[in-house]
Amino acid sequence: MDGVALIVSQVLNGLQLGSIYALVALGYTMVYGIILLLNFAHGDIIMAGAYILWIVLAQLGLNPVVAMLLSVAGCTLLGVVIDKVAYAPLRNAPRLSVLITAIGVSYFLENGAQLIFGADAKVVPSFAPVSSIQVGGLSLSFVALITVLVTAISTVVLTFLVQKTKLGKAMRAVSEDMGAARLMGVNVNNTITFTFAVGSALAGIGAILYVMAYPQATPTMGMMLGTKAFVAAVLGGIGSIPGAVVGAMLVGFSEVFVSAIGLSVWRDAVVFLLLIIVLIVRPTGIFGRTMSEKV
Amino acid sequence: MEEELMAEKRPIISTGGRGPAPAGKRRSLPMAARYAINALLVLLVLVVGELMIDGGAITRYQTSVLQQVGVYIIMAVSLNVATGYLGQLPLGHAGFMSVGAYGCAIFIMRLTETLGMTGRDIVAGGPLVGLIVFAGVVFGGLCAAVAGVIIGIPALRLKGDYLAIITLAFAEIIRVVMLNIDDVLGFELTRGAAGLTGIPSYSNFLNVFLAVAVVCFLVHTMMKSRHGRAILAIRDNEIAAEATGVNTTYYKTLAFVVSAFFAGVAGGLYAGCVGVLQPANFGFMQSIEILVMVVLGGMGSMLGSVLSATVLTILPEALRAFSDYRMIAYAVVLILVMIFRPQGLLGSYDFSLSRVIERVMNRDFPWSKRAASDGKAGEEVSADV
Amino acid sequence: MFKNVSRRQFVQASAVAMAGLSLAACGGNEGGSEGGDGASSIKVGILGPHTGDVANYGIACRNGAQLYFDQLNEDGGINGKQVEYLVEDEQGDPTQAVTAYNLLVEQGVVGIVGDVTTGPTTAVAQQSVNDNMPCVTPSATAAEIVTYGNNTFRACVTDPEQGRIMAAFANEQGYKNIGTLYLKGDDYNEGVNNAFVEEAKALGITITTEQSYSAGDVDFNSQLTTIIATNPDAILAPNYYEDDGLIVTQARQQGYTGVILGVDGWSGVADYASAEDLQNCYYCCAFSSANDEGLAAQFTADYEAAYGETPTNFCALGYDAAMVLAAGIAAAEEAGLEAGSDEYLQAVIDGIAAGSVEGVTGTIAYEGTGDPVKSSLILTFTEDGAEEVFETIDATA
Repeated sequence: MDGVALIVSQVLNGLQLGSIYALVALGYTMVYGIILLLNFAHGDIIMAGAYILWIVLAQLGLNPVVAMLLSVAGCTLLGVVIDKVAYAPLRNAPRLSVLITAIGVSYFLENGAQLIFGADAKVVPSFAPVSSIQVGGLSLSFVALITVLVTAISTVVLTFLVQKTKLGKAMRAVSEDMGAARLMGVNVNNTITFTFAVGSALAGIGAILYVMAYPQATPTMGMMLGTKAFVAAVLGGIGSIPGAVVGAMLVGFSEVFVSAIGLSVWRDAVVFLLLIIVLIVRPTGIFGRTMSEKV
Repeated sequence: MEEELMAEKRPIISTGGRGPAPAGKRRSLPMAARYAINALLVLLVLVVGELMIDGGAITRYQTSVLQQVGVYIIMAVSLNVATGYLGQLPLGHAGFMSVGAYGCAIFIMRLTETLGMTGRDIVAGGPLVGLIVFAGVVFGGLCAAVAGVIIGIPALRLKGDYLAIITLAFAEIIRVVMLNIDDVLGFELTRGAAGLTGIPSYSNFLNVFLAVAVVCFLVHTMMKSRHGRAILAIRDNEIAAEATGVNTTYYKTLAFVVSAFFAGVAGGLYAGCVGVLQPANFGFMQSIEILVMVVLGGMGSMLGSVLSATVLTILPEALRAFSDYRMIAYAVVLILVMIFRPQGLLGSYDFSLSRVIERVMNRDFPWSKRAASDGKAGEEVSADV
Repeated sequence: MFKNVSRRQFVQASAVAMAGLSLAACGGNEGGSEGGDGASSIKVGILGPHTGDVANYGIACRNGAQLYFDQLNEDGGINGKQVEYLVEDEQGDPTQAVTAYNLLVEQGVVGIVGDVTTGPTTAVAQQSVNDNMPCVTPSATAAEIVTYGNNTFRACVTDPEQGRIMAAFANEQGYKNIGTLYLKGDDYNEGVNNAFVEEAKALGITITTEQSYSAGDVDFNSQLTTIIATNPDAILAPNYYEDDGLIVTQARQQGYTGVILGVDGWSGVADYASAEDLQNCYYCCAFSSANDEGLAAQFTADYEAAYGETPTNFCALGYDAAMVLAAGIAAAEEAGLEAGSDEYLQAVIDGIAAGSVEGVTGTIAYEGTGDPVKSSLILTFTEDGAEEVFETIDATA
């Protein structure tokens, strides 16, 4: 393998990893943007999505398209249920309480999955049509290309949704000022539920792409994925859609770069150090809005 | 919005459990008597406990569980300083614990090696061993405190969620460093993934519970001092505290470092209980478990931390047969407590034996109506004025 | 202001310590005892992670050990006494392992099959020296574990030994350039990798690159790209099967068709990568359910009958560890010593050290250390992805 090919495939590795992080980070960012909640359970929704894929593909043996649809639907439903059961009763509670509840939900999902499915990884049968495609003598991973493409499309659709539609306007209004939005006739609760649904659907798509690339489902898979995506969202400036994507790419590329130069053991440390440095220099992240203190 | 992490719908805050002073001739215990009563009780527990262990009334298994209880009490009480009293949410407490554990274990191992002592000499005890263990635990605490300063100064520039994230990040970095530091140093220090093994079992019932008593005492006195009130003021309203002349940066760092120091002390004792340290044991989950203890007990209540640390350590042992469901139950309890009692089971209530004695002295019983309402006001004071 | 302040924390500590004592006293009576009765039985412990992240290893070892003791009891037990096994879970946590160990000791066990993973096993090994409690770990491979005292044995071969076996195999197959990819942060993987690299270099093999990853990683593309760029004849992946499945799949996706080598952590990998991708993979292992020779085949049949699933390497090692312990206990029983006495425990240890058992993972004998001298298998995969014995490597002292 020559130098160019090596660089191209490492860049593709970075893009692929960054894209998956981006899909997860978008979910974090949307939920944070609207109710200022770090939804710790978000990574675990992906885990649930992966298990749905496993059940449908490996246990029931259904068509991959059905499996994908069910996975996205299942994730969306789970996101909404979590919001209704665990977060909705705490709308007016101190934010610390909601944050701890989120940690509790995450714990619950992980341990629930462990109880039901066991601790060992479940293998999801491969459902990518081809494994690699040849472009001008380069062998590029098909899954990687699909991942990048799907993430790009999702980001554009999401941006359109938030910026151009009525629901998007309601979401922005609620995130700006919940009380004022309510006075203006926005159904705050429905808007929040919708936000959870969209974020979780993205997690469902993330689960599909993740499982395509790494065909395993484990109870704790969401934890590190979630943490990294979460770092990405914070890096980019939590609450900002382009921020989440940029942050995710930054995390994905720095991970691949650190691994490529043979320092993979320090990779997590590098990612977290990056986060710390960015937060110290720009306390609200790269694209984050600076907020003044209210007295 | 960040500064409002805890601010909305503030739970009832106890600033010390004293109400408006009742008019006139209420009898109270002299200070010296309070100290004496409590010191006597601690002594009694230690002596009785030690006698029961020696006599075999408390088996070795139960002793090892008790030691864990002690370690987790210190962890919870120390996290409570940063969470309950300072009002921040550090998610990396296990990181400080690991720094303390490694610091203390390495210190004691190197020192005893230099002195030519064997593991059996250390288990046998004696004044020299006591001194070494004391020095080691304090050294572990100091290591953790240094880590606390390094982490605290940048982290405390941030608020709320961001502080939570950055402490989580730092704890992960500590873990990665513990794993890989030997490669960088070129000699064996933490022994990476293989784990630091062969740590003499220097922890025992006596020194663990002595440490629990000392830590509780120190934290308590600190919180009752000028410094403690400054910390509480920052929690209740940082801007107002700053306006009234509290050096917020200094006091936030102080609380954070004190919290880290005691976590390091707990880590040092933990190392002596287990005998082997691996970085993987100080991950995010460990931090969360300690947080759960503090939250369940009631943020800002030392009794709450102590009780929930005790219960949450003993309960899984008692429920060994149901260990599959343990973590699920944890999660459900955490969510339910947050939904139905966000201030924790005990809120910020603290128990005082002296107060009970005083009530008896004043014939001020809960069942005598007038006195009860009087006393009740003294228990909990709302900070939202 | 200060006058009314009380020193209540002393009281709290005391009150809680009291509560702790009484609660713990209750807790102590709970034990996972199963079967057996009173004086005519021999108590042994089975210790391992049966819940938590590494539960699959612990459960496999436990199932294997239970199967052995059940069979033993059916055949009349040891010296006419039934074996009563007490199972304790430690969730993969060293702290819990020490506690569970103490609990077992208090319940009067005369030997323990366990622990399973390295960290907890080290903690238990350090504790058990003080009691001279015979412990046979089915699977903890770190070299140090048997060095704390004479009472700890293992049923598996050590990490360095496996590394050396694979280096010898690579040399024999004529691989000249080898790249490695291992999990950093786990002494099993690091231990095998380091021993392999050392031995391979001594045999004149070039190690083109040593890549590593961290626990929980699922994306090995970056490291694999680097390794494949060095044009190796073979890649060594001394990790556990879940990771190895992904490594194999991703390497094949990147167009690598060469040899991939592994060690006993690969046992069970067949479920984690496609048959096509697993071609050209070799790993060394103590046991294979595909081994149709004598004891191993019988064990596979028995295990499938008992648990309804195919046994893994861990199941077999659990079974053999139980067998080793039982042989030691039989020696102590023969000597007619009082059960549980210091002499009895020493006799069990001596019995294990001097004896030799025909296990399902080969003959296990100890020559003055806690490390067994035993044979290994080199396994590969058939075209439909089933495990297949490639060759048997004889025991080297």
